[in-house]
Amino acid sequence: MSDNDSNKPEGRKPTLPPGMGQPSGKKPTLPPGTGKPAGRKPTLPPGAAKPAARKPAMPPGMKPPGGAPPPGMPSGDGASGLTRADFSSDQDVRWCPGCGDYAILATVQRLMPELGVPRENLVFISGIGCSSRFPYYMNTYGMHSIHGRAPTIATGIKASRPDLDVWMITGDGDSLSIGGNHIIHIMRRNVDLQIIMFNNQIYGLTKGQYSPTSEVGKVTKSTPFGSIDHPFNPIALVLGADSAFAARTMDRDPKHMKTILKQAHEFKGTGFVEVYQNCNIFNDGAFFDFTEKATKSDRAIFFEHGKPLTYAGGTKGLRLNGFHLENIDLESGDWGVDDCLVYDETSRELATILARVYWREDLPQPFGVFYREDRPTYDAQVNDQVQSVIKRSGKGSLEDLLAEGDTWVVG
Amino acid sequence: MSSKTVETLPEATVLFAGDSGDGMQLTGTQFTLATAHAMNDLATLPDFPAEIRAPVGTTYGVSGFQLHFGSVDIRTPGDEVDLLVSMNPAALVVNLDRVKAGGTILVNSNSFGKKDLSLANLDSNPLEDGSLDRFRVIQVELTRLTRETLKDTDLNQKQIDRSKNMFALGLALWLYSRPIEPAQRWLETKFARKPEIRDANLELLKKGFHFGETTEQFVTRYEVTPATLPPGRYRAVQGVQALAMGIVAAADKSGLPITYGSYPITPASDVLHALSRYKNHGIMTIQAEDEIAAVGMAIGASFGGALGITGTSGPGIALKGEAMGLAHIMELPLVIVNVQRGGPSTGLPTKTEQSDLMQALFGRNGDAPMPVIAASTPGDCFEVAYEACRIAVKYMTPVILLSDGYLANGSAPWLIPDPDSLNDFEVTFAEKANATEDGEDVFHPYIRDEKTLARPWAKPGTPNMEHRIGGLEKADGTGNVSYDAKNHEKMTRLRAEKVERVQQEMKPLEIFGDEDADLLIIGWGSTRGAIEAGVTRALNAGHKAAAVHIRWVHPLPADLGEVLSRYSTYLVPELNNGQLVRILRDEFLLPFEAMKKIQGRPFGPSEIANKIAEMVG
Ligand SMILES: Cc1ncc(C[n+]2csc(CCOP(=O)(O)OP(=O)(O)O)c2C)c(N)n1
Ligand code: SF4
Ligand SMILES: [Mg+2]
Repeated sequence: MSDNDSNKPEGRKPTLPPGMGQPSGKKPTLPPGTGKPAGRKPTLPPGAAKPAARKPAMPPGMKPPGGAPPPGMPSGDGASGLTRADFSSDQDVRWCPGCGDYAILATVQRLMPELGVPRENLVFISGIGCSSRFPYYMNTYGMHSIHGRAPTIATGIKASRPDLDVWMITGDGDSLSIGGNHIIHIMRRNVDLQIIMFNNQIYGLTKGQYSPTSEVGKVTKSTPFGSIDHPFNPIALVLGADSAFAARTMDRDPKHMKTILKQAHEFKGTGFVEVYQNCNIFNDGAFFDFTEKATKSDRAIFFEHGKPLTYAGGTKGLRLNGFHLENIDLESGDWGVDDCLVYDETSRELATILARVYWREDLPQPFGVFYREDRPTYDAQVNDQVQSVIKRSGKGSLEDLLAEGDTWVVG
Repeated sequence: MSSKTVETLPEATVLFAGDSGDGMQLTGTQFTLATAHAMNDLATLPDFPAEIRAPVGTTYGVSGFQLHFGSVDIRTPGDEVDLLVSMNPAALVVNLDRVKAGGTILVNSNSFGKKDLSLANLDSNPLEDGSLDRFRVIQVELTRLTRETLKDTDLNQKQIDRSKNMFALGLALWLYSRPIEPAQRWLETKFARKPEIRDANLELLKKGFHFGETTEQFVTRYEVTPATLPPGRYRAVQGVQALAMGIVAAADKSGLPITYGSYPITPASDVLHALSRYKNHGIMTIQAEDEIAAVGMAIGASFGGALGITGTSGPGIALKGEAMGLAHIMELPLVIVNVQRGGPSTGLPTKTEQSDLMQALFGRNGDAPMPVIAASTPGDCFEVAYEACRIAVKYMTPVILLSDGYLANGSAPWLIPDPDSLNDFEVTFAEKANATEDGEDVFHPYIRDEKTLARPWAKPGTPNMEHRIGGLEKADGTGNVSYDAKNHEKMTRLRAEKVERVQQEMKPLEIFGDEDADLLIIGWGSTRGAIEAGVTRALNAGHKAAAVHIRWVHPLPADLGEVLSRYSTYLVPELNNGQLVRILRDEFLLPFEAMKKIQGRPFGPSEIANKIAEMVG
């Protein structure tokens, strides 16, 4: 089944899909002929050995927490002695009132003092879009560049200045449409920086055309009869491009957002974070299923490394059946937490399965770190290569270079 | 030494032509090296097919290498060929019109079979049908002689046949009395680990050399005495090499790390190849996913306090346009190298042209002028690259460097420059507040230097200098986003004025030829050699003419107007459909006559000389 076979209702604001939110209350019925004896807990599929016993210590790539307060703590004086205010520029923030971008900005500004990075070493690079105005509001070094090209600029600065802490800000159109080529290449290179992708499933700045993440059937100014483009699933896309760190969070849960951003920052490599962001002007409520109180606990699952996949206040869980995830009712007595899949963010296979849980009626939308892989970063390698050449052949001399090869003297 | 007569020539032009697989570039390069050792002045023109391995024996698979050398000042790879070495009928067909009447054609007579002729679309054999009567044809059984020479080796037939270019090289070296040792040394190093192949090639080289001595087909041997070049140490240099070394010199003199972002494209790839070897000179190279990424990486590097450079050819410049505008409005240093090729679109990828001048001057949205500098000889690429980097940093602006396929691949003797003779290249990064706001010391990134109008360059990592730049219009001074109408006009004018001030950096124009002539030829880029050689010929023929060559195409030199006022007729030769000529007409409203050549080949001096004769004769 394709990701979007059970997409959101087409062309209108999402209401709760029929039958959603009501847990089945009983074990899923099995298709005829699969012959699972009733009343017995299913055995684990081959290869899905129960990971519960293996509680990972520190996830790979994580630095031990320093003096910084634990993730999600309200901001105060951070390790750097700076506060949120030190990271606000003197420019008026010009997003529409009520825009989800405000929450992301506030969260990032609150996070900064906790990182212990000197302010002058922080660089924010963006493309073009409402979201990409972000650097103007940060009192750090920053560049608001051109549409889709932020990954190239961010790569250039990080490669030549690996000492800097580079953050890239982008939108769903900026990164997945015009910048699609660059986003896949920054992923495979694994440049050590953070990418915050504001996904509002719309082109905000150009006043509301559908974007590469908009659902099929979306009615916008450029698609009065509904969009026919099959949408991208950003997490699946970056995983396909060999992303080494891929995560999803939401504007309406700053605490979760901060935890995720912090992990992305601690990760050595490209930390890709997709943030569901409400554009209250052109795509209001796109993610309300997942972000609003009434439906959030049933429709969103916040998963963590080494923990079982449970949601709805622990009353429901996800278990692996073959290669498929299915929801189970933990209150029915038929299933327990032990039946739930214990997530392992270092498993490419699990990441692929979970990433493909996308706008499903029967499953909650996942939020958390899908994948983390330790591998060398581009910036480190490109500089190591320079150093090793210098080590091997010495610092180059211009005079020697100019007189290289066959020469002769006249006069 | 022998019964041959030796004739001394002032200059000669030799063209090696054959199949892409015949090793003609290598043969030409080795002949060039020997010629450099013979201390002649020289200029070369390699001519590659667009296909990597076109079907053997076809006309579109023909690869050539032309070399002009002499005891006199050599400015171009030569108008007309004195000796064509043709490995097959296709090479003959393609190049016959370049051989001068009475010139010599040396052919491999073993390659004129029925099949070879039909591959070259020939109905009859030119060696027999009288079509070569105007030339002196020397038939050498290159294939047979090569096989004979190597019959006792363990090499297979294919390896043996591929070596016949060494026989031809040996013969050509003999014919022009070139030393054989440089080629021998080269073979010894190149095939040090393959003694079989090394020995076979050395043997053939020698056999070819001796063949000239013994065969009765040659009664005359030529000699070209050393040229009188200015004293100093020389080497042969190709434009791409010189360009890459100019960038290294910029890194060395400025102390700036350099990041070179590029996406492969003919004929600019060789700049990437060369720079990739110079990591220990402080050069980082990145092969990007496309040309937009390449320029983006360079811009990122410049924002970080390195010098970002990106190189490509015309199609790549088309992709970089938006980012170049970004660098212009942000006022960051950036060098954009365009090694031009025949256009439009994919055009003639392996041939030379000067048709991207308008693109360089205007190929961006908005008013986004930037300095444009053009190299005029292979060696000049060095200085031009250095200057492009220096100006980019001094004026905080993107600079476009125009080279072309002819300069890039052509080589010439090069007086190795003394790095101390280069212009000073100092860099100062801003580290202190430069304004006050509400009684507080602050940094404003768009407060300008009085003389250059450059803004300060503050690099990330510097405390209290945090600032944001971007593609939106910015308020004068503070650099904050501004939509103010008057401010936009002011900033647009300021950025243009800053670029104009690069005029301060230019040396006075030099006039070549007869200053009292009525006719002035105005050239730019790689046509310099042909123009000046053409003027020399015209002067010798009693036709008065002068020439001026423009290095900075934008802004134009401040003294150009005054120079123009001293003449009454003007000729503007260009390898395009008339580009600089339009700029000049627009700027000076004088009757400039265009001279256009759009054939993927450089001008020859005789074309220029003939045109002068037509205009003033
Ligand atoms: C080369 C180019 N093409 C088109 C545009 C117009 N444009 C600006 S922003 C944008 C879409 C932005 O969408 P997204 O990245 O999702 O950002 P959002 O505004 O939704 O945050 C477009 C098409 C542009 N600025 N540059
Ligand atoms: S248009 Fe939408 S995304 Fe843009 S600022 Fe307004 S609410 Fe936010
Ligand atoms: Mg968007």
